[in-house]
Amino acid sequence: MALDSNPKQDFKIVGTRVPRPDGIDKVTGKAMYGADISAPGMLYGRILRSPHAHAKILSIDTSAAEQAPGVKAVVTSADFANPGDDYFRDIRDNCLAAGKALYDGHAIAAVAATSKSAAKAAIRLIKVEYEVLPHVTDVDAAMAPDAPIVQEGRALENVPKGMSQNVTTHVEFGHGDLDAGFAKADKIVERSFKTAATHQGYIEPQACMASLGADGRGEVWCCTQGQYMVRANCAEVLGIEASQLRVISSEIGGGFGGKTTTFIEPVALALSRKSGKPVKIVMTREEVLRATGPTVSTSMDVKIGMTKDGRITAAKADLRYQGGAFPNGTVEFGAQAAFAAYDLEAVQTLGWSVMTNRPKEVAYRAPGAPTAIYAVESVVDELCQDLGLDPLDVRIKNAARKGTLSAYGPTFDEIGLLATLEAAKAHPHYSAPLGPNQGRGLSCGFWFNFGGNTCVSLNLNDDGTVGVVEGNPDIGGSRASISMMAAEELDIPYDKVRTVIADTSSLGFNDVTDGSRVTFAVGLATIEAARAAKREMCSRVAKIWGLEEDAVTWEDGCVKPAGPNAGEHPPMSLAEIAAIANNTGGPIAGHHEVNADGAGVSFGVHLVDTEVDPETGATKILRYTIFQDAGKAVHPDYVEGQMQGGAVQGIGWALNEEYIYGEDGRLQNPGFLDYRVPVASDLPPIETVILEIPNPGHPYGVRGVGETPIVPPLAAIANAVSRAAGVRLTELPMSPPRLLKAITENA
Amino acid sequence: MKYVKPESFEVASQLLQNESGTSRILAGGTDVLVQLKAEMVEPDLMVDLKHLPGMQDITAENGGYRIGAAVPGAVVGEHDGVKAMWPGVVEGLELIGSTQVQGRATMAGNLCNGSPAADSVPALVTAGAMARVHGPDGARDVPVADIPQGPGKTNLSKGEFITSIFLPARPDHAGDAYLRFIPRTEMDIAVSSAAVSLVLDAAGTCRQAHVAVGAVAPTVRLVEKAGKALEGSQLDSDAIAAMKTAVEAACNPIDDKRGTIEFRTKTAAVLAERAARIAYSRAGGQS
Ligand SMILES: Cc1cc2nc3c(=O)[nH]c(=O)nc-3n(C[C@H](O)[C@H](O)[C@H](O)COP(=O)(O)OP(=O)(O)OC[C@H]3O[C@@H](n4cnc5c(N)ncnc54)[C@H](O)[C@@H]3O)c2cc1C
Repeated sequence: MALDSNPKQDFKIVGTRVPRPDGIDKVTGKAMYGADISAPGMLYGRILRSPHAHAKILSIDTSAAEQAPGVKAVVTSADFANPGDDYFRDIRDNCLAAGKALYDGHAIAAVAATSKSAAKAAIRLIKVEYEVLPHVTDVDAAMAPDAPIVQEGRALENVPKGMSQNVTTHVEFGHGDLDAGFAKADKIVERSFKTAATHQGYIEPQACMASLGADGRGEVWCCTQGQYMVRANCAEVLGIEASQLRVISSEIGGGFGGKTTTFIEPVALALSRKSGKPVKIVMTREEVLRATGPTVSTSMDVKIGMTKDGRITAAKADLRYQGGAFPNGTVEFGAQAAFAAYDLEAVQTLGWSVMTNRPKEVAYRAPGAPTAIYAVESVVDELCQDLGLDPLDVRIKNAARKGTLSAYGPTFDEIGLLATLEAAKAHPHYSAPLGPNQGRGLSCGFWFNFGGNTCVSLNLNDDGTVGVVEGNPDIGGSRASISMMAAEELDIPYDKVRTVIADTSSLGFNDVTDGSRVTFAVGLATIEAARAAKREMCSRVAKIWGLEEDAVTWEDGCVKPAGPNAGEHPPMSLAEIAAIANNTGGPIAGHHEVNADGAGVSFGVHLVDTEVDPETGATKILRYTIFQDAGKAVHPDYVEGQMQGGAVQGIGWALNEEYIYGEDGRLQNPGFLDYRVPVASDLPPIETVILEIPNPGHPYGVRGVGETPIVPPLAAIANAVSRAAGVRLTELPMSPPRLLKAITENA
Repeated sequence: MKYVKPESFEVASQLLQNESGTSRILAGGTDVLVQLKAEMVEPDLMVDLKHLPGMQDITAENGGYRIGAAVPGAVVGEHDGVKAMWPGVVEGLELIGSTQVQGRATMAGNLCNGSPAADSVPALVTAGAMARVHGPDGARDVPVADIPQGPGKTNLSKGEFITSIFLPARPDHAGDAYLRFIPRTEMDIAVSSAAVSLVLDAAGTCRQAHVAVGAVAPTVRLVEKAGKALEGSQLDSDAIAAMKTAVEAACNPIDDKRGTIEFRTKTAAVLAERAARIAYSRAGGQS
C-alpha cells in the first residue's frame, strides 16, 4: 500500500472549519469542569495560607481545628512522603510548606470538613507560630550579595562563586566575535529593561476531587493540562504507586501553561486518606493569584550594533529572571529565543535564574521568550528610528532562514520567518496612514515547539464509525483537529469520528499539553494509528479475497485490488470491513506510541497601531494584524483563535497586567479588579494572516501554533507606544501612570 | 446573619437602631454581597428596603425629579426626563459596572458605600442633589455632598437610611458632564474623576459653575474655587487654566497600586477641563 513520506498537500477535511465537538456542552453549561464533580459523602477542603512573605514556621497546632464541628481531617506537610529528587520535593513543599513559608499565600495546612463553612471556621482555629524573616521580591535586589536567602544550597555548579545563593542557574548561548562585531557597527544602542510578572489568567480556578482509600487505591478528578503529570506528582508526594492512582482530567477553562503542575491534588488526597472520604478543593481567585504560578519577572540588558544600512553586526543580551521561591530554568528558553529571528555573525546571551519570595513560577505560553524578545525587538526598533530605517526592511535584511546557524545552536531547516515578514510588508496595514499621537510598532516572535511522549489508540466501531482515544487535555480545540486528521487519513466524514481524552489507566503515558505539542504530536500519532488500522484493514480484505497483503491497496477510503493481476473485486469501504471484523479476526484498531521529534519551530510577526493620550498616558490599541506560519492550519478557526488569544494576553502584559508587591512582601492585587486583564471593549478586531510553510517533521506539515502568538505583542506594542509618545519605554507594563511620567519627563 | 424585609420605614429604622452588631442595608447588593463573599464584612443584620413605598419610583417634583433609593441604574438610564435634565448625573451612574450590575446598582448604594471613587457621586454633588434621610426622628433632607465622610464612612447616624435622592429643577442653558479615568475601557474603578455642572446666560457666558473631583481625596470634593474660575467666562484658556490649578490644589490623593499622587492630581485636572467642555456644549454654548 502506498503511504507518502513527504507532507501531504491535498486535503478534504483538514483546513476546513467544522463545528467544534465541545461547543454545545460549553455554551449550555453541560460541560463538566473541575469543580463540577461531586461524590456521596464528599468533604470540602480548605487551605490555610501564609500571611508572610518569608517566615520560619516554629509550630503548627491543629488540635483546636481537629475538634471543631464537622472537621474530619487536618493535614500539614508532615502528612506527605519524602520523594527521592528535588523536582518532586519542590512540588511537595509548594503544596504545603515544610519548615519555612516562602511567599505570601504559601499553603501551610489544610482541613476537610462536612461543609464549606465548617472548613472555613476550622482554618481559623489552626495556630501557626511564625518567626518572620527578611524577604525579597525584586529580581535585582535578590541577586545582591547581601539579599535575604530564599533557600540555601540550591545553586547549580555553573553559577560563579560569590553570587547570592538566590541565583540558581546560569546559561550562555551564542557564537562569533562580539568585539569585532561591535567595532563594525555605525550605531550601538544599549538599554536596560524591566518586566513585571503576569499571570496566565485562566477563567477556571484550579479544582479537584480526590479519593484515596485504606487499600491504597485512589482517584483524582481535576482540571489540569496533564493527567499523567498529576499522577506522577501525587504518587511521589503521597508515597503511593502510579498504578494505584487513576487521574481523570475534566474539561478545562483555560490553562496557558499554568495548569502544568499540581497545587491542590496532593493536599486533597492527603485529606482523603486521613478522613476516609472523598475531598473536593476549589481554589478562589485570590488563591489562584497569590499561590499558583505566574510567569517570571525580569531585568534585562540588551546591546546591539548596526551598520548605517541596517545590518546587525553584533548582539548581546543579559537576562535576569526571577521565578519565585524555588529554582526554575525559564531563563534558558529566554536566552535561546532572544535572537532566534536573526541571522547573526556575533551573538551572545547570558541568563541567570533567581529565587525570590514569590509564588513558584509556572509555564505561561512560550515561557521566557516574550520578555527576552521584548527587550531585543525594542533595541532593534530604536536602532531603526535612530538610523532612519524601515523596521520591516531591517528585519528582512537580517532574517534567519533555512541554513542559518541560529543564535542558540541548531541550524534552521525550512522556516517561515521571511514569508511572514514579506506578508506583513505587503499588507495594507503596513502602509495605512497614522494620525497625531499614533504610532505603529512591530515585532518578530519565535517559539521552538515541542513533540514529546504520545500514545494514541484508534478503534473502528462495527457501524463504520471511529473512536480516537488520546491522553492530552484539550485546551485549544485539539479534539476537533485530531478527529479531522483521523477522518482525513481514513477518508471518512468528520462526524464519523469522536475523540475522547483518556484517564491515566486507559492509555500509556503522555506528556502534558504544553509546548504547542498536541496538534503536532497527537496528530502525528493519530495519523500513524489510522495508518496502522488501514494496514490491518488491508490485511483483513486480502484474507477475504484470498490474496497476499501486497496485492491490495488503500485508495479513496476503500481497500481495492492493487492491480489487474489481483483480479476483479469490488472495493470494500471502512464501514463494510468494520461490519464483518468479528468474522475476520476480531476488532480492528490502530495504535501509535512515539516520543515525537521534528516539531518544527514557528515564527510570527505582529503589527500594531496605538494611540497615546499625552495628557493621561492612556494607550488605545487601534489596529492589530498577526502574520504567522502554521505549517498547516488543521482547523483555521482554532489557529486564528490561538493567534488572537496570544495577542490579547500580550496586550494585557504590555499595558496593565502586573504582580504588585507591597513593602511587606504581600501581593496587593490578588483579584481581577486590580490585576487588569484586557476587557473586550479594550480590543480592536484582531486580523490574522495564516501562512503555511509545511513542517517536514509532520505527515500533514503541521507546526504548533499555540505559543508563538504571545511572543511578539510586548515588543510590538512597546514600539508602537514609544513611537506614538515620542519617548522610548523600557519597562512593562506601560500603565498610564508610568507612561504619563515618561511623557512628562521627556517634555 | 439575620435578613429582614421590614413592613415600614419606621420598623426598618427601629431594627437598625436596636442592632448591637454590624448591620447593612441591602439595595442592589452589588457592593454588599461582594464584600460578604470576599469575607470583608459579616453583618449581623441585613435590612432589605427595596419593596417599601416610593423606593422604586422616579417622580417629577418642583420641576426636578425625586429618585427612589432602590431605583437601579438601568431604570434611571431609560428615563427620558432625568436624562434630558441631568445627563452628567446619568452618565456617572451608568458607568457603574456592566449591564448586569446596572440592573441592580443604585445611586444611594453607591453614595453610602462610601468609596471616594464612587462614579455617581461627583455629578450628584455638582447637581446640588439632596438626599432624603429617614431615621428614628423622622425624615430630613441632607445635601448629597455632606453624606460621605471618608472611605467607607457616611454621616448617617444609627437607624438612618436614604429613601430618595432629589435632583432639582434646571434653568435654560444648563448642562453637566462626568468623566473618569480608568486604565481599561470598562469594569474598572476610577483612578480620578471629575464632574462639572454649568448654567450659561443667553450669550454663552458661565453664570454658575460647579466642579467636583473624585478618587483624589478621602471623599468626593466640590472645588469651589474651580467653579468660580469658570464663572464669567466662556471657557477661554485663562479660565480653564485657573480652573485646573484650583482642581490640582484641591487634590489630596494617595499613592497606591491604582495610581500615583502625581498621576491622580494631573488627570483630575485634565478630566475637569474635558468635562467642562462637554457640559458647556450640552448647555448650548458654542466654543
Ligand atoms: C462588577 C462590579 C463593577 C462595579 N463597577 C463600579 C464602577 O464602575 N463604579 C462604581 O462607582 N462602583 C462600581 N461598583 C460598585 C457598586 O456597584 C456601586 O457602588 C453601586 O452603586 C452600589 O449600589 P447597590 O445598590 O448595589 O448597593 P448595596 O451593595 O446594596 O449597598 C452598598 C452600601 O450602601 C449601603 N446602602 C445601600 N442603600 C442604602 C440606603 N438607601 N441608605 C443607606 N445606606 C444604604 C449599604 O448598607 C452598603 O453599605 C461595581 C461593583 C461590581 C460588583
